[in-house]
Amino acid sequence: MLRFILMRLGKAAVILIAIMTLNFFLIHAAPGDPAAVMAGEAGAADAKFIAQLREQFGLDKPLLTQLGIYLKGVLQFDLGFSYRQQMPVAQLILDRLPATLLLTMTAFVISLVLGTFAGVLASARVGKWSDTAISSLALLFYATPLYWAALMAVLVFSVYFNWLPGFGYETVGANHTGLARLLDIGRHLILPATTLGLFFMAVYMRMTRASMLEVSQLDFVKTARAKGLKRSIIQRRHIFRNAMLPVVTLAGLQAGQLVGGAVLTETVFAWPGIGRLMFEALAQRDYNLLLGVFFVSAAMVLLFNLITDILYRFVDPRIRVA
Amino acid sequence: MADFWKRFCRNRGAVIGITILAVVVLVAVLAPLVFPQSPWRMVQRPFLPPFSMEQYPLGTDALGRNVMSGLAYGAQVSLLVGLVSTVAALLIGIPIGALAGYFGGWIDDALMRFTEFFQTVPSFALAIVLVAIFEPSIQSIIAAIAIVSWPPVARLVRGEVLSLRSREYIEAAILSGQTSAAIILRQVLPNTLSPIIVLASLMVATAILLESSLSFLGLGDPNMMSWGYMIGAARTVIRQAWWLSFFPGVAILLTVLALNLIGEGLNDALNPRLARRGK
Repeated sequence: MLRFILMRLGKAAVILIAIMTLNFFLIHAAPGDPAAVMAGEAGAADAKFIAQLREQFGLDKPLLTQLGIYLKGVLQFDLGFSYRQQMPVAQLILDRLPATLLLTMTAFVISLVLGTFAGVLASARVGKWSDTAISSLALLFYATPLYWAALMAVLVFSVYFNWLPGFGYETVGANHTGLARLLDIGRHLILPATTLGLFFMAVYMRMTRASMLEVSQLDFVKTARAKGLKRSIIQRRHIFRNAMLPVVTLAGLQAGQLVGGAVLTETVFAWPGIGRLMFEALAQRDYNLLLGVFFVSAAMVLLFNLITDILYRFVDPRIRVA
Repeated sequence: MADFWKRFCRNRGAVIGITILAVVVLVAVLAPLVFPQSPWRMVQRPFLPPFSMEQYPLGTDALGRNVMSGLAYGAQVSLLVGLVSTVAALLIGIPIGALAGYFGGWIDDALMRFTEFFQTVPSFALAIVLVAIFEPSIQSIIAAIAIVSWPPVARLVRGEVLSLRSREYIEAAILSGQTSAAIILRQVLPNTLSPIIVLASLMVATAILLESSLSFLGLGDPNMMSWGYMIGAARTVIRQAWWLSFFPGVAILLTVLALNLIGEGLNDALNPRLARRGK
């Protein structure tokens, strides 16, 4: 087991370095000479100053040396400086990370729970109208642009009915504390988390339904039926447990994609996370910040995958033995 | 072919899908004829509500531009990007998957690690970064979508090729002295076609969603009216003018839905053995 974890960690480290290298070359491909940009921001764009900056930041060194400097920097959480926001990129991201984690985790739980529940329900009533209804709804969610669903949710639930806040992380100026603050954040979380989860809910529903139907055809289920076990017990203990394995794998892989979706949701709801930060970086053409957010989201995906992989070893005893 | 068509049409969803898609294609093709004026042109007062003037049934936007005309031209962008980026992704994914599956060994290892890397990197975030750095244009958008969407193709083709690799007719082809390239192109790939077609139809749908999301964030081609751009531009005025984001969203939803339905229909028609299972 320990060997497996170490091997997975090693593999993740290799991919992380590959991502950092990709990031480095993307920064280089970004328009504008970084030294000229810095000098411009400082308001002194004469040639001598630019040359001085270039030397100071090692921009006159060969590309590979620069890559080395960059990798060393990233490993020390130095993701560069955002001249537009006058703050280190790592600091900006760190400030915004909790909001994104809260949003994506909530969306993940909502989509996984509702998705598998609907999938199980549909598979138990295969061919009946409730199956058709659930499957059609999933097909619809699957085709809905995430940001559009978010906008429509704002329109219906916050503009028309005025039930839920459609903007921000908490009520501005309310200065809630303790439980009241948590409840306030919770209310603000409902719309963004649900709309972010819709697409993934559809994915998990379809996967669960297909997987349940597939497992229910297997011999050991027939045996259980022949033994005269109750239908509900077969559903729960025999079929559901086995059917969940591919869903868990998929969920682990998809958890990372939630971070990408968060860019859209956070933009619509003005949610102060790293997705919104990415949108701001885009609008201001702040490439250091943009690539910093990209790197952090890629690292998060890597971490999610690693956790799923290790959890999976615990969930599925067959793999543990092998 | 007739047999295939009959099986395809047996799937009611697929027929609905192909009907919707036909309408979208028609709208895209006819757009310049029906709306000879540029969709960027001001034609009426701003924020004209829908269904209030016969000439502009879907109203006008914040700058008095015709929403209906925008939708028609937007169909062109969506279909173009969806189609071309999928073809590009196939051109990257099929060779990688075929080489990995056919040769195996270290070639397989190296190519699959490469593929895994692209699967790990969050695809939407990578697409954003690529388009932002290489400046938004129809070319950079297509390239970015292709770059983030080829890995599933490579994995699929690799799996199919692996299972065909040990068949007797391939061994016969090797013994008869055919080159590897000829075997891959003439013997192996044609037999992997049906799952690739199914996957491709679903990829067009995903590509359209991706393009619209990029345009929504302001990363669309600045010279082309697209559905995502229309929604993005209407985002801040949603409280005053719901129709500006509503109609383009419906257009995206219907088009993507149609493609997904077609994909399922193709799957049923091309893999009849699989389709019957679990139904």
